[in-house]
Amino acid sequence: MSTVGLAGILGSLFSATMLAQTLRMAVPYIGAGLGGVWSERSGVVNIALEGTLLAGGLGGVVVHIGTGSAWAGAAAGALVGALVGALHALVVVRGRIDAIVSGIAINLAAAGATRFVLRGLYDSSSNSPPVTGFRLLAGGGASGGALLVRTCLDPLALTTAALVIGTAWALGQTRFGLRVRASGEDPAAAASLGIEVDRVRFAAVILGGAICGLGGVALAYDQHQFQSGMSGGRGFIALAAVILSGWRAGRMALGCLAFAALDAAQIVVQDQARSAGYLAQMLPYVATLAALWVIARRRGEGAIEGRPPAGLGKPAE
Amino acid sequence: MSEGARSTAIATATGLAAGWLAMVALVWLYGESPRSVVAQLVGGTWGMPYGVGQVLYKATPLLFCGVAVDLALRAGLFNIGAEGQLAVAGLAVGAVGARLPAGAPAWMAMPLVVAAALFAGGAWAVVPAVLRARYGAHEVISTIMMNRIADAFVGLGLAAGLAIPGTVRTPDVVPGARLARLESFGLASLHGSAVSVALPMALAVSVASAWWLARTRLGRETVLVSLSPIACAAERIPVARRLAMALVLSGAVAGLAALAPVLGYKGYFESGLGAGAGFGGIAVALLGRGKPLGLLLAALLFGTLDQGGLVINGSVPMEITTVLQAVVIVAVALADARVRARLRP
Repeated sequence: MSTVGLAGILGSLFSATMLAQTLRMAVPYIGAGLGGVWSERSGVVNIALEGTLLAGGLGGVVVHIGTGSAWAGAAAGALVGALVGALHALVVVRGRIDAIVSGIAINLAAAGATRFVLRGLYDSSSNSPPVTGFRLLAGGGASGGALLVRTCLDPLALTTAALVIGTAWALGQTRFGLRVRASGEDPAAAASLGIEVDRVRFAAVILGGAICGLGGVALAYDQHQFQSGMSGGRGFIALAAVILSGWRAGRMALGCLAFAALDAAQIVVQDQARSAGYLAQMLPYVATLAALWVIARRRGEGAIEGRPPAGLGKPAE
Repeated sequence: MSEGARSTAIATATGLAAGWLAMVALVWLYGESPRSVVAQLVGGTWGMPYGVGQVLYKATPLLFCGVAVDLALRAGLFNIGAEGQLAVAGLAVGAVGARLPAGAPAWMAMPLVVAAALFAGGAWAVVPAVLRARYGAHEVISTIMMNRIADAFVGLGLAAGLAIPGTVRTPDVVPGARLARLESFGLASLHGSAVSVALPMALAVSVASAWWLARTRLGRETVLVSLSPIACAAERIPVARRLAMALVLSGAVAGLAALAPVLGYKGYFESGLGAGAGFGGIAVALLGRGKPLGLLLAALLFGTLDQGGLVINGSVPMEITTVLQAVVIVAVALADARVRARLRP
């Protein structure tokens, strides 16, 4: 690679455009990650984030097209996400089936059902008609700075940022958050204190589903249409960020930003070095494997930092 | 009826009934007649020799992966990683098959490509196996991560010279590494369908796995380890080693699933070839319930749905079958959980 090429790449890596791209791409990751944090802190394993993103995204686009309102679409996406969460909670918390089995089924069903609905409504199983999404600041030029401003003022980006702070605060400071954590750490002890563990878990998984669904809407609005399979593994990247963060909202968001930066960098670098793109694609998952190893190794030493909720996956009895 | 047989019957019946209801409801919602769609589906699969052949072809990797997932389940491990193990094995089989000398006879080529599948699939399970067995890290998360890494790894391998430049497929494998299609054994009526000797291989692996688990010392210990690791440790059974071996074996068997599409159908590996069978294998294992016959019937059911989806795609989107797979998985698991709850003292 020539020096000029390298300078060009470095130039595009540290630019307003790059920052804007990173923030833009981080929104769906963070939405899904918050879904994972709420669900898993309450003790319900959630690998269904991928499917929830898809379902929420399609729900948002369908209602956006139907009503012409991006706001109504966003609300619908959150609602669909909440419904998927409710389904997961219903079969896992009430039905007592393995959360992994439910997660796999939801991911499968969402992948199939979204294509099914797409073709039923729009006669194409690969994508929806275009949607405008939020266009509060139309125009403003195509410069990196203008793009950055538009990204930062996007309602879904702002909402997501608020939800990160809100989640961290709610889990740490509120009665509900405390109950969620108690249900996730030790369901039996929580129940003995009069907490209705099943109900708390229902609420947490549904809330997480709604936020994840909103992440799906952000993804679809960003592309100005829904495409089948458009989640493209983002739910799993988010899951990786949740684990790496030690199930904490703020750090999870930072992790998602890092992964999004990796994505944005990949777009810049890809033309020059395709192999580097593939390696970058592996990085979040390899980091997660390393984190799993570190967490597991530390378990015996009584270290608490970054460990999973102790009651994760344990039913309330 | 014994308690086990009854719970099997209840779970299977619930799963099938829920799947049936879901299909009728979805077809009806789509504005088509369930009766005619079902007739189409049955006619296009079991109603004609080519359809039967295609069902058997689709069922082959499902059976391999179902046996793989089941093998791990018997050791108390949930191998979600069959999808990635299968993908990496496909790449390995394609790469090795294409690099053999062109005139390599089958007796030399076949063991090599089969070994490549076993090795690649098994190798892809090593990291989760070690993390689980040695450090207790949950195999579900690590196999999910390995699935995602496999995606990028296959892309990397193809881009880095295993593919024909400018494409996402490997060169053709040498003739000696091709698996004979069943149509060449006097079953001329299957003409054109891709079902190959990979199917009898899958059946043999299924029976061998059941035999190994039930009749050999290692296999018995593997099952016992899942029932009571503490008791096993007290009996000086190396628990960690048995767990790791079960997961790696499971990965190796999942790797074999790549043989059917790569060597029996296409004759080369391309990006995405065989995808879906790994997750389908989970459904097969859950419905098949640890019996070779059950696994075979489950693989045939989902193979029928896979092929049937293509047949009915004109009237109803074929993705309906993915949704049905999900419904069956949940229904079986729910019925299981209910039965278990009732048996609990």
